[in-house]
Amino acid sequence: MSDATVTLEGPSGPKPKKYFTRRNLFLYGTLIIISAYYLLPLYVMIVTSLKGMPEIRLGNIFALPSNITFEAWGKAWNGASCTGDDCGPVSRGLRDGFMNSVIITIPSVILSIAIASVNGYALANWRFKGSNMFFTILIFGAFIPYQVMIYPIVLLLGQVGLYTKLGGLIVVHTIFGMPILTLLFRNYFVSIPEELFKAARVDGAGFWGIFFKIMLPMSLPIFVVAIILQVTGIWNDFLFGVIYTKPGNWPMTVQLNNIVNSVQGVKEYNVNMAATILTGIVPLVIYFFSGKLFVRGIAAGAVKG
Amino acid sequence: MTSVSVQHLDLSFGSVQVLKDLNIDIEEGEFLVLLGPSGCGKSTLLNCIAGLLDITGGQIHISGKNVTWAEPKDRGIGMVFQSYALYPQMTVRGNLSFGLKTQKFSRAEIKERVSRVADILQIQDLLNRKPGALSGGQRQRVAIGRALVRDVDVYLFDEPLSNLDAKLRTELRVELKQLHNRLQNTMIYVTHDQIEAMTLADRIAIMRDGFIQQLADPYTVYNRPTNLFVAGFVGSPGMSFVDGKISGDGSTFTFGNVTVPLAEYDGDNTASTSSDVKLGLRPEHTTVHRAAIEGKTVVANLELVEALGSESLLYFIVEDQRISALVDADEKYEQGSTLHLEFNIGKASLFDSATEERL
Repeated sequence: MSDATVTLEGPSGPKPKKYFTRRNLFLYGTLIIISAYYLLPLYVMIVTSLKGMPEIRLGNIFALPSNITFEAWGKAWNGASCTGDDCGPVSRGLRDGFMNSVIITIPSVILSIAIASVNGYALANWRFKGSNMFFTILIFGAFIPYQVMIYPIVLLLGQVGLYTKLGGLIVVHTIFGMPILTLLFRNYFVSIPEELFKAARVDGAGFWGIFFKIMLPMSLPIFVVAIILQVTGIWNDFLFGVIYTKPGNWPMTVQLNNIVNSVQGVKEYNVNMAATILTGIVPLVIYFFSGKLFVRGIAAGAVKG
Repeated sequence: MTSVSVQHLDLSFGSVQVLKDLNIDIEEGEFLVLLGPSGCGKSTLLNCIAGLLDITGGQIHISGKNVTWAEPKDRGIGMVFQSYALYPQMTVRGNLSFGLKTQKFSRAEIKERVSRVADILQIQDLLNRKPGALSGGQRQRVAIGRALVRDVDVYLFDEPLSNLDAKLRTELRVELKQLHNRLQNTMIYVTHDQIEAMTLADRIAIMRDGFIQQLADPYTVYNRPTNLFVAGFVGSPGMSFVDGKISGDGSTFTFGNVTVPLAEYDGDNTASTSSDVKLGLRPEHTTVHRAAIEGKTVVANLELVEALGSESLLYFIVEDQRISALVDADEKYEQGSTLHLEFNIGKASLFDSATEERL
């Protein structure tokens, strides 16, 4: 036995790891600097929103608040305390806008994803006559600048009586999400082996049977990607919101703009910061909870081909 | 009785014609293997029979019914795919019963069928697992099971063993043969592996470029290949081909300074129209001698020895042409030595160099 141990000299087992190599220092140094660069504005926003106006006037934007106050958050959410109709939409606060945004986002996301997933599935697996043509036209839609279509859509919505209504905005969001979502779903379904689809056909499943029982259970990652894209896209939309709705129906982003860009009175930086964080919090939460699935979905062939 | 009948089948993808006027009749209980190189249309033909591809022309009959326009589920077929194609989110039991559920079988019937098939394939222990937790061989068993629960007349196999390693492939091949002996169903099996074809088939259809080159039992395909393509494709190690000339009366074959008598040749018409022919010799039909036998052997130079384990494959050069021979591995020959070859003409094949047909 002792002979055997003698021959075991030199390196053996796992290689010892050094933590302070030049490579590690460089790598983590870069990462820390870059994340600080991106996190700094967020930090400034949060501390500023927790300060009162006198403290802000001191000009130390990086300093922690000496007196933490949530007054600005309340004001951003509920609006300035004013009475009567002379307040106008400007001083209304974000509360109404938040509700409008929720009412716009939820149906738009569900509708657009429901339609686009079936579109993508049909284009990937049930090649019908003219399906390539249909796909080309749909994809072409993704490259037409929105600005070209703004006025025709105003007229169109006016004709059907949806102009300035939330329903109209939902229809617009659903349609504009269609090209990119269809592409996303088509590419995902194309990456699912064709033999699986064939096996299901031999087993007697039809168009909807295969979609709901075979394809959907395999598609969680791509649905998460679609949900993230749509929720952030629709929530953050400003252009359509300001054009196709009237003041009472304005989404949160438009309200935010009105608060931040208000020209009357003193610029309340703390209220602006709080309002901005409030508006951005929904996409932020979505990313936070589904980031992992998002990456997996993207990696699973979502953006390939 | 005819089980599957394909008549005048045409299939085109756009301007590319894949299958042209293809006819084939498959007897009930027959094990037919479609064999050919990739791109020959064998899987396409199988997909047409299954109803997974819309055909351009012709008819398909299964069990006496014209199913040309029928949906796959209504054709009375079960199919096994190369990539197993198991539904990943379902358990093995779910995979086996999915087809029965969509066809609204009663719960008791489904349970009965699943357990019967699980018994046959010995996958009872796997029923509650997901496909991801199975090995390749187990997955393919489940895939075969999914076809079997359908309890149909015809089973289609699309290269079912190609994704498995060599050892498993051999094991499952034997099991498939036993399964066929037991069930006596019609089976159509697509493969590019000639060993699978030879071992499993009652009849082999060898395909190239959308045409069936030869449809015969394995013995005939191996010993009397209908043309040069079949001769070269079937057999491993492959046949050696020697370019030469045939005498006008078809009695001798000459290449270089060597003349081989064809008295023992087993063919239909040795009296060829052209004199340029190829002599096809399988390695095991060439005998190696250390000493010459007058009138029987030709002088050959041993170029290379390949040890295959139980046998060795010897490559010879005779009159600038390469001929291989299979010998027992215990027989040791020196590379570069001069030896003497005897051809078994009774087992050889002659092909017209121009038409490539067997004489």
